[in-house]
Amino acid sequence: MVGNHAVAYAVKQAKPQVLAVYPITPQTTMLEKLASYAASGELNAKLIKVESEHSAMASIYGAALAGARVFTATSSQGLLYMTEVIYWAGGQRVPIVAGIATRAVGSPWSIWDDHQDFVSKRDAIWIQMMAENVQDAYDMTLQAFKISEDKRVILPVMMGFDGFVLTHTMERLSTLDDTTVDSFIPERDFNIIDFDKPIGIGAIATQDNYIKYRYKAMQAMERSKNVIEEVSKEYSKLSGREQHGLVEFYKCDDAEYVIVAMGAWAGDARAAVDELRNKGISIGLAKLRVVRPFPKEKLMQLKDRKAIIVLDRAYSYGLGGILATEVKASLYNANLPIYSVIGGIGGKEFGKNEIMGVVEKLLSGKLESEVWVL
Amino acid sequence: MNFLRGNAACPGCPIPKELDAILDVYGKKTVVVVPASCSTVIMGDTVLGMPSSVNVVHSPFAAAASIASGLSAAMKFRKDDANILVWAGDGSTSDIGFAAVSGAAERNEEITYVCYDNEAYMNTGIQRSSLTPYGAWTTTTPSHKHEFKKPLPFIIAMHNVPYVATASISYLADFKAKFSKAKSMKGFRYIHLLSPCPPGWKFDASLTMNIGKLAVETGMWPLYEIENGVFKLSSISKPYVDKAKRKPLEEYLKLQERFSGLSSEELANMQAYIDEMWNYIAKVNNTKLTP
Repeated sequence: MVGNHAVAYAVKQAKPQVLAVYPITPQTTMLEKLASYAASGELNAKLIKVESEHSAMASIYGAALAGARVFTATSSQGLLYMTEVIYWAGGQRVPIVAGIATRAVGSPWSIWDDHQDFVSKRDAIWIQMMAENVQDAYDMTLQAFKISEDKRVILPVMMGFDGFVLTHTMERLSTLDDTTVDSFIPERDFNIIDFDKPIGIGAIATQDNYIKYRYKAMQAMERSKNVIEEVSKEYSKLSGREQHGLVEFYKCDDAEYVIVAMGAWAGDARAAVDELRNKGISIGLAKLRVVRPFPKEKLMQLKDRKAIIVLDRAYSYGLGGILATEVKASLYNANLPIYSVIGGIGGKEFGKNEIMGVVEKLLSGKLESEVWVL
Repeated sequence: MNFLRGNAACPGCPIPKELDAILDVYGKKTVVVVPASCSTVIMGDTVLGMPSSVNVVHSPFAAAASIASGLSAAMKFRKDDANILVWAGDGSTSDIGFAAVSGAAERNEEITYVCYDNEAYMNTGIQRSSLTPYGAWTTTTPSHKHEFKKPLPFIIAMHNVPYVATASISYLADFKAKFSKAKSMKGFRYIHLLSPCPPGWKFDASLTMNIGKLAVETGMWPLYEIENGVFKLSSISKPYVDKAKRKPLEEYLKLQERFSGLSSEELANMQAYIDEMWNYIAKVNNTKLTP
């Protein structure tokens, strides 16, 4: 299946009751598939065919308040357009799952892949997961529903996967059977709207109180780290596919050098690591599966390496590569060089060979602390 | 009482009365969706609680119609007959949230959308909206507004929705009858209230009901229904098809400082607008509006 269809299939199996659909490339075929599942009766859900992404998020937020399991998907400009309601839903801590087909943001126009849209939502009180391949996107979507509705968490979850690179790429997919999914994600059993106990949802919080809500949100996000690991372990058992929780450390045990990356090009980095290992270079990969909460404690195991290279497909203008900045912050006590490589912006080709080129530059002492691969 | 007194509404504000009357008709099994507006404040805070006897879902400025659509979809999914009611101001309805309102109307969502129109952004301190009438002073139209009010009930009616009505809390029986009818119907129902605002319109807080009445009697605010596309003037407003029966516009304007200092040309433009509106109403009354 192509990535969009794999995610749609996972969503169908998770049995959401309300979906909002609005098109944007390269996400569109995911929601088209879900619309066809609903039309054929394979999925029993209400589809709201909204007039914008702002309304897509608003409508599923409303449905989630009323107890429904919900889903929508978007990309790029669409994600930016729904941002106000993304923050609103995060602040109110309702369980929502959104599929994000990552894509560059304008201007100028670009429909191709990078991570700028996705990482721009990192402070919105949403859990953010990022898939490496189509299988990962399927597996993560199912885990996302479970994490989102876990009572120790109750946070919305974004499942990111690279636009076109994964959304439109066909891969062999292993799926769980429906009954296994049913037992993994049982029906949502809590509601926020109760007619016997009316409340105001999202009412004004005064100066002494607003900060307490935010403090609780921070705690929920911290608690989610264990829940994500737990759900990952449970899913690994069910599926027979190792899920690795917040971070996958690949060939890192003895590695002198480590590449840190998230998303589809972690696959290229994995291939580069294998090839460099064959050449006798001691290198590994730390694949970030989750970037909110950021796995800073886990990354501490990289503190005694010779150097780290962080790959970024997004940039904070005036500061630096976004993941690089966060990795540096996580390892601020460690004394090791952390190199920032910016590539793949707006879909610019950046694969195994480019990654190997960067590593070779590092080994020959020619890598600058921040490099844009143009 | 469905809406407790001692809330944060300004003296003379009709909002608590309007909500009280609506909830009297709609009952406990109602969720009220409130976008950013005066009502955000009136609906209380997380510590002191709220004056409403039903669930209130607060919404970002442009999102109320969409949040209501989602609430309604979830209720429908589990075959719950709860009423989903949007309570939104004129800025939210006719400006920033207009796309969402139009979308929900086009989809014929199972919601009642109420626009309480106080004819400007009052919560932020009286800035003009597209529903501010021609001739009104606001802080962003310091020498009066020179564009006419959007004909919003007609615009919504053109979406082919089952029910559109205008109402005024100064006419409680008509007001409640319209909400009762809306409640008994399915699909997207839209009720537009003229909601006089003492600080924003600059009149004495004791005059709210009178101002509401004068708006109807001078022909500024015609009361009507558009049921399945058929326009029907409400009996209270029927006499005013005849211009001679309308009170002089001046009686409405002189009580409100926002209209002070209008030139004779501006006054003539306002009168012409009202006359034209009534000519149109006379023509379409008891007929089906067609796009």
